[in-house]
Amino acid sequence: MEAKVTKEMELKKKKEVQPAAGEGTRPGPVYIPAVDILETQDEIIVLADMSGVDGKNVDIDLKDNQLTIRGRVDSVVDEKEVPLYSEFGWGDYMRTFTLSDVVNQEKITAKMDQGVLRLTLPKVEKIKPKKIAVTAG
Amino acid sequence: MAIIRWQGPPGPFGELERIRREMDRLFNEVSTGTEPFFSRAYPAVNITEDGENFYVRGELPGVKPEDLEVAVVEGRLLIRGERKLGTEEKSANYHRREREGGFFRRIIALPARVNSEKVVARVKNGVFTITLPKSEEAKPRKITVKGA
Repeated sequence: MEAKVTKEMELKKKKEVQPAAGEGTRPGPVYIPAVDILETQDEIIVLADMSGVDGKNVDIDLKDNQLTIRGRVDSVVDEKEVPLYSEFGWGDYMRTFTLSDVVNQEKITAKMDQGVLRLTLPKVEKIKPKKIAVTAG
Repeated sequence: MAIIRWQGPPGPFGELERIRREMDRLFNEVSTGTEPFFSRAYPAVNITEDGENFYVRGELPGVKPEDLEVAVVEGRLLIRGERKLGTEEKSANYHRREREGGFFRRIIALPARVNSEKVVARVKNGVFTITLPKSEEAKPRKITVKGA
């Protein structure tokens, strides 16, 4: 029998953003999404867990190497419902990173799939030595 | 020849060990009914109700509907599945790795009887909602109070 290497998942408490990091205009908690950041030769990929965030509610901002991702969560709980038991809080997401590489802002792509953001940041191509043809005139 | 009755695990801690096991058993039994406010169980759930249904919701980012199994067995709700993280290129160099994958399984004791035939589970943007219609006897019934 082939042993399948899967481990049982454990819950990690959602971390809230401290107000010092910039308060939102909407009341309610803002959480720090868990991320994977990986780099290949040509690009930097950011994967962020942002459950409840629809593609249209993602905001990506890159300014002076500061990359900020924000995700707004639309409530799925109807106002008529009465809470019985609660283990986690609903809220928006925000996180800021400082990029060490120069990325091509024009070519950043973002995709939301099942509450996971996939952000692709292509690195700026190395400046290639330009050959200048000298024409005899 | 003297017959010595075997005493089980030797040493002074035998009895303590037995008590510890008993305590573990007790705690396990208690915690299956009402979970502590923050348990390590994954995924975390929120439960709400209205007149018609119970709603169990939780966050499972990146879990596809086909990787999630929901069942109602004897007044308990079973949620299980696997969170698969996509495999990235081998050449990729990780700067941060905070997201985790693996299998999960949760059993939640339901507060009242539900119509298990009509339970609906939906996944949207990594949030699941399980709608459990209350059975007739669990629904709030208005009783008209008659004047004498």
